[in-house]
Amino acid sequence: MTDNAYAIEMTGVHKWFGDFHVLRDINLQVKPGDRVVICGPSGSGKSTVVRCLNGLETHEKGLITVDGHQLTKKRKSIARIRAEVGMVFQQFNLFPHLTVLENLTLGPILSRGMKKHDANERAMEYLERVHIPEQAHKKPGQLSGGQQQRVAIARSLCMEPKIMLFDEPTSALDPEMISEVLDVMLELAEEGMTMVVVTHEMGFARKAADMMVFMDEGEIVETGNPQQFFENPTTDRCRQFLNQILQR
Amino acid sequence: MKSLFKYLLSYVVPIVVALAIIVVVFYFISRNSEPKLQWYVVSPFNDQGLANLKFMWSGTLATLQMSFLALLISIVVGLIIAIPGIAKNRPLRATNYAYVEIVRSIPLLPLILWVYYGMPQIAGVQLDYFWAGVFALALSDSAFEAEIFRAGIQSIPRGQSEAARTVGLNYFQSMIYVILPQAIRRILPALGNQFAYMVKMSALVSVIGLQELTRRANELNTTVYRALEIYTVLIIEYLIIILIIGQAVRWLERKMGNEDGSARRN
Repeated sequence: MTDNAYAIEMTGVHKWFGDFHVLRDINLQVKPGDRVVICGPSGSGKSTVVRCLNGLETHEKGLITVDGHQLTKKRKSIARIRAEVGMVFQQFNLFPHLTVLENLTLGPILSRGMKKHDANERAMEYLERVHIPEQAHKKPGQLSGGQQQRVAIARSLCMEPKIMLFDEPTSALDPEMISEVLDVMLELAEEGMTMVVVTHEMGFARKAADMMVFMDEGEIVETGNPQQFFENPTTDRCRQFLNQILQR
Repeated sequence: MKSLFKYLLSYVVPIVVALAIIVVVFYFISRNSEPKLQWYVVSPFNDQGLANLKFMWSGTLATLQMSFLALLISIVVGLIIAIPGIAKNRPLRATNYAYVEIVRSIPLLPLILWVYYGMPQIAGVQLDYFWAGVFALALSDSAFEAEIFRAGIQSIPRGQSEAARTVGLNYFQSMIYVILPQAIRRILPALGNQFAYMVKMSALVSVIGLQELTRRANELNTTVYRALEIYTVLIIEYLIIILIIGQAVRWLERKMGNEDGSARRN
């Protein structure tokens, strides 16, 4: 990777689900250390963009380059990119039959060949960082939603990724648990992690984002720095969306 | 102590009560049968009866060994057949489909006869009757196991395998460490069913001469000629075996049910 390379670069990306054109000509550049927040109405394709970035969805047209590696359909290319990219899901997707600690160490042990002891140590470190080391030996089902999502973040961090993707990380949470997850994400942002976050939490966007992206009907309608984006959206669609979402 | 009481109340008592009802009804309808029922031939309280019972009971090991081996093989084969059934690749799915549809359409009794009498003729393979029985039972059951596994694996939310992939697991690692442990817990009742079914179906292997429970009962019947008494005992033998299996499966279910830390529903 050269010095001025982008962490993520999408050029002319298109995707169809059958006849449905979900992504239309997506162009996006993310520099290392950037925090990008993607927002937009549901069905606008924002989750699909994030899922394309680590190969959970394939794109039909265009180029995606992550950390200098081009993403193709080849298993090797996908595996290489997944090694650099962590992902946090709306539904947490913790492994319910394993303890919190085992959830965190499964990846490092199986795909990185770490010793169990070292993996446990690293897992405890990251559990400290998301402020729940005391839950290490519980099963996910015994934790609150907010705690589960923080475990999911720690699980991704245990793979020591260069880039973190968040797909609506607070949308499945009760209101009182949203802030504990956002706080962890803010701390991560302060440490300089490259992040792409799909969220409707505009408070988080104002505090953490370097770049805002507004999507609608599979297109990127508007991008900009947060200040300009929130004060002076240039498109009507974006203005309308922001009005709706900020009125709440 | 309290949990033992609960266990007896919810699992043992219903079965004992149901059996008692059956015995009473049976007693009343058979009271005036002609000729009279002669229970002494299978009664443990006289020497000949006890010897007869012991003779019948001597088939238990063969029945259990054969069912258990066949179950093990059919689970392994079923799992191997189930995996291509959930693949994206069409030819792989077709393989699974063809295997399941064809194998489950073959009736077990003809299959046993075919394996034992037919295979030596076409392939020169002569299995003894124990292994012929195991082979036929396992083959026949593997199609059902494959469908059970497929259903179980498909019932696990997609997010689980997606999460497994994002933490770097490959397909087989995610199957073994993430999907199957959850799927197996869900299909445990169905696997228990198959085991019970297997024990019962193993009776058919008596036709080729394996001395398991049913064969023993037939043999005894040809010498003492008390069909009703002997076959009643035979049914009770199967009943006891399957009740024990049922309890073991339920115990396993309870144990695994608590694994995700959530309370069991019911």
